[in-house]
Amino acid sequence: MSNNRVYIALQNNEDARPIIEAIEADNPHATVTHFPAMVKIDADGRIEVRRASVEALIGRAWDPQEIHLSLVSISGNVDETDEAFILERHN
Amino acid sequence: MSTPTSAPKKLGLREKYARMTRDLAWEPSYQPKDKIYPQAGLEGIKIEDWDRWEDPFRLTMDAYWKYQAEKERKLYAIIDAFAQNNAQLNVTDARYVNALKLFLTGVTPLEYAAHRGFAMVGRAFPGAGAQVACQMQSIDELRHVQTQIHTISHYNKYFSGFEEWRHMHDRVWYLSVPKSFFDDAMSAGPFEFITAISFSFEYVLTNLLFMPFMSGAAYNGDMATVTFGFSAQSDEARHMTLGLEVIKFMLEQHPDNLPIVQRWIDKWFWRGYRLLTLVAMMMDYMLPKRVMSWQEAWEMYFEQNGGALFADLARYGIRMPRHWEVSVKEKDRLSHEAWATFYNYGHAAAFHTWMPDESEMAWLAEKYPASFDARYRPRYEHWIAEERAGRRFYNPTLPMLCQVCQIPMVFTEPDDPTTTCYRESHYHGEHYHFCSDGCKDIFDAEPEKYVQSWLPVHQIYQGHCGGGSVPEVLRWYRLEAGRDNLDYLSSPDRQNWQRWKGEAAAG
Repeated sequence: MSNNRVYIALQNNEDARPIIEAIEADNPHATVTHFPAMVKIDADGRIEVRRASVEALIGRAWDPQEIHLSLVSISGNVDETDEAFILERHN
Repeated sequence: MSTPTSAPKKLGLREKYARMTRDLAWEPSYQPKDKIYPQAGLEGIKIEDWDRWEDPFRLTMDAYWKYQAEKERKLYAIIDAFAQNNAQLNVTDARYVNALKLFLTGVTPLEYAAHRGFAMVGRAFPGAGAQVACQMQSIDELRHVQTQIHTISHYNKYFSGFEEWRHMHDRVWYLSVPKSFFDDAMSAGPFEFITAISFSFEYVLTNLLFMPFMSGAAYNGDMATVTFGFSAQSDEARHMTLGLEVIKFMLEQHPDNLPIVQRWIDKWFWRGYRLLTLVAMMMDYMLPKRVMSWQEAWEMYFEQNGGALFADLARYGIRMPRHWEVSVKEKDRLSHEAWATFYNYGHAAAFHTWMPDESEMAWLAEKYPASFDARYRPRYEHWIAEERAGRRFYNPTLPMLCQVCQIPMVFTEPDDPTTTCYRESHYHGEHYHFCSDGCKDIFDAEPEKYVQSWLPVHQIYQGHCGGGSVPEVLRWYRLEAGRDNLDYLSSPDRQNWQRWKGEAAAG
């Protein structure tokens, strides 16, 4: 069985909550685990954080680079654009 | 400047980043490149085209300052609130603070070493993309040092053992383990340094330091440490990605790079794993409230996530690091072997040690069903009985150290956890000793480097550490005997804590 798991861990705070919510909505295959002070989201193959989804939740413009303020850790290959922050593995 | 006739088009992220990195570089004309970057070719790594470097994080300098300033504002608001509210009184138990002493003496100086190291390799690499990423990381690491010292300074007002952390880092026996790890990386070439620190340590292993430890700090009521930890960790995702990029870049540039890179991954995985022994012990023994066991963390962050990473890198011909299987065999013993060692040498440590209480032993037995009750509980019960009889055990002899990781030779055979593991090599008529096959392999590949190791026990016996007796050596460490060391039960920290919390002194 091939293991192509990726993950993103975010702080459990006000800034990160809508990001986590957007990830859950856009990545139905992902598993969300709560730890003290942080949330870890695991998925096979790919996790996408979409600008439009976060903006719809917070009601203001959101630059995907704002994720740096809440990021704890990641695993996977990163693709960062104006529209999304993406983690993926192709194996 | 924009032309007067058309409004400037807003640049996309990729374009903006390319302008900031590649466009800042130029072709030198006064000197040949190999004179400007003399270290780039020393290690045998072949780079055909630095412009193929891909930056996954396209953080431009203006965005960098903006986000870093925001992180600092958040952190300092919390540090102020923590100090104003006497929040040191809200940690679960004063034993917890010993994890911070170990962190400040063992980890914070490594952040400073990383600051220096990345400034050095940022200068050594000929490619603009790599230069920018390394220089940004160098600034990050300096921020980490400063915020850690600043945050933990609050504890220094109330607890012992914090004030000589910088002096201790260069002298105290167990602190030579983290110190020599970084010195080893910094005295290698730039490609090995970045493989060691960015890839093997930050990408593969650092999650085990920051995630369970900071989550553990949160669980133990230490808001200040959680905040500096997560503030530092928010930079870490960028650093980890640099580590992955540098590996992929070297492997894509030339097939001759594969065996060199694999050798470095093997070496630095093992060096980093041995260093994490201190973290294993912190997680299982030093946090009064525990988030997860070392074994669970190793399964989650190394076996599962590390497994996915190495499956991903298999396309380049990279395999799992050598001796990774040994790390899996050791996962249910590592923290116990380490804590027992510090309990033995608690008179020479700059933090307190203790035996777990009954509820903690029950937790350990539940988390380590195959090993704890059978092997470690009986030893602890013996030591507890000795302590109650007024004979708290301290080991009066100095331990033999591994020539490579510098940890006392306390680890056991991979396939027999009841037999101490000894390995040795002979070089120019001398015998050298190792804790494991992993450390022996590292020595055998570069004996000229490791025969020079500054081994604390050897140095004490040679008379270089203030004198031959324990009190003289402790003075040389600036460790105040009776206050900073010994069992937690007899410590001023414990007496103060009970007074502050209005707890009756236990019998």
